[in-house]
Amino acid sequence: MAEQAHSDEPLLVTPLHAEHVSLGARMVPFAGYDMPVQYPTGIMTEHNWTREHAGLFDVSHMGQALLVGPDHETTAKALEALVPADIVNLKPGQQRYSQLLSDDGGILDDLMVTRSADPADDGKLILVVNASMKEADYAHMQARLPANVKLVRADDRALLAIQGPKAAEVVARLAPDTADMAFMAVKATKVAGLDVHLSRSGYTGEDGYEISVKDKDAVALWRALLADPEVKAIGLGARDSLRLEAGLCLYGHDIDTTTSPIEGGLIWSIQKRRREEGGFPGAARIQREIKEGASRVRVGLKPEGRAPAREGTVITTPDGREVGIVTSGGFGPTVNGPVAMGYVSKDVSAVGTDLHLVVRGKPIPAKVAAMPFAPHRYKR
Amino acid sequence: MTTRYTKDHEYIRVEGDSGVVGISDYAQSALGDVVFVELPAVGKTLAKGAEAAVVESVKAASEVYAPVSGEVVEVNSVLEDAPGTVNEDAAGRGWFLKLRLTNPSELDGLMTEEQYQEFVKSIS
Repeated sequence: MAEQAHSDEPLLVTPLHAEHVSLGARMVPFAGYDMPVQYPTGIMTEHNWTREHAGLFDVSHMGQALLVGPDHETTAKALEALVPADIVNLKPGQQRYSQLLSDDGGILDDLMVTRSADPADDGKLILVVNASMKEADYAHMQARLPANVKLVRADDRALLAIQGPKAAEVVARLAPDTADMAFMAVKATKVAGLDVHLSRSGYTGEDGYEISVKDKDAVALWRALLADPEVKAIGLGARDSLRLEAGLCLYGHDIDTTTSPIEGGLIWSIQKRRREEGGFPGAARIQREIKEGASRVRVGLKPEGRAPAREGTVITTPDGREVGIVTSGGFGPTVNGPVAMGYVSKDVSAVGTDLHLVVRGKPIPAKVAAMPFAPHRYKR
Repeated sequence: MTTRYTKDHEYIRVEGDSGVVGISDYAQSALGDVVFVELPAVGKTLAKGAEAAVVESVKAASEVYAPVSGEVVEVNSVLEDAPGTVNEDAAGRGWFLKLRLTNPSELDGLMTEEQYQEFVKSIS
């Protein structure tokens, strides 16, 4: 997710807009859409509900598209020219996280790439990109894809996420064939009688699903999920605090065109074959950073006391040497205290290193902390 | 005892030559869950409109301005450990600080309870 400056353009709405309004959501402009930042119970309650039960999120503003080519190998190779993940060896029914890279190895956007389990879909990859970046991403890809691989927008689809320890049993009540899916597995099935494409993934650190559905079925799916007493609607505010505690990057904040995947701590998303072979934009820089280490890296930060250190907070050593900047920070309801992430020089990036965060001119002691701040609870 | 309000949703409840400053119930509701409050040092002198405190919700930090000029004579240290008190009782236990007024005539420029409620209606 990423924010976008407010403009005079009329805001777009998702197919669930009226549902949010009728639930009493506070609506705010986000990435060009009028989106729910919170419902009446507030961010803290929504956050905790998701950690303890199941939260339902409307993420239909995100960009869904297909890459369509003659066979998997051709389509996968076309995408591999733009991203550093191994797509060729992505198995049917699997999803993978990657990044669109610029020629200097900066991150143009991060995205999910899915290979359908259905042999009839051979040659198709499903992409989910950030709302604020989708037009730029599509233009970027279209300009670089070979003639036999087409980008097809799926603007007629909504995307819902259900996240939390109760998410799996809630979805299983409506679609029993989903229960044994593992993290990052995908499946085309029916939920509450509606055709969906779902993946066992999310952006909260919890178990759960992201469910792609035709726009026309989005309200019926939303209501069917929300009818379960374990489920409450959750806004973008709690989505942000949940992902921050999970140590997950927010595009435009924690990663952007100035950061490489290695600096961003995303080396796990570059499989061995690609690290060795390269063949993606910025490969020379990225392979060098893999070998020698990046000069700065993304780390977790745990401030002492209760004052949150927000995005843009300067990070110094205890003796005042400026060594980095906070890229996301706030209050973590599950941690019950402030949490942050940011970039620091490699020499002060070890877990446990004492640093200062300069909040309103005052240095606040903080320690480099392992992420996630709240343990991931994915279904392995 | 009179209470006056600013357009930035601070209140000051005047008791004799001093006043208790906090944020209105409308403001706490708009901010959402308060997770941190930074209070000024006792003894600090504040001009009308100067930054008196900072209140942080899960999402963002907001400044609280002095509704009138004065010297900080007391702060609500309860908020250090229990910032959510602002959400629970903004007009009462969730007060921020007490000012000894240096120019009580500044109160005349602030809104009465009735005017403030009208103002809130006009912006919500």
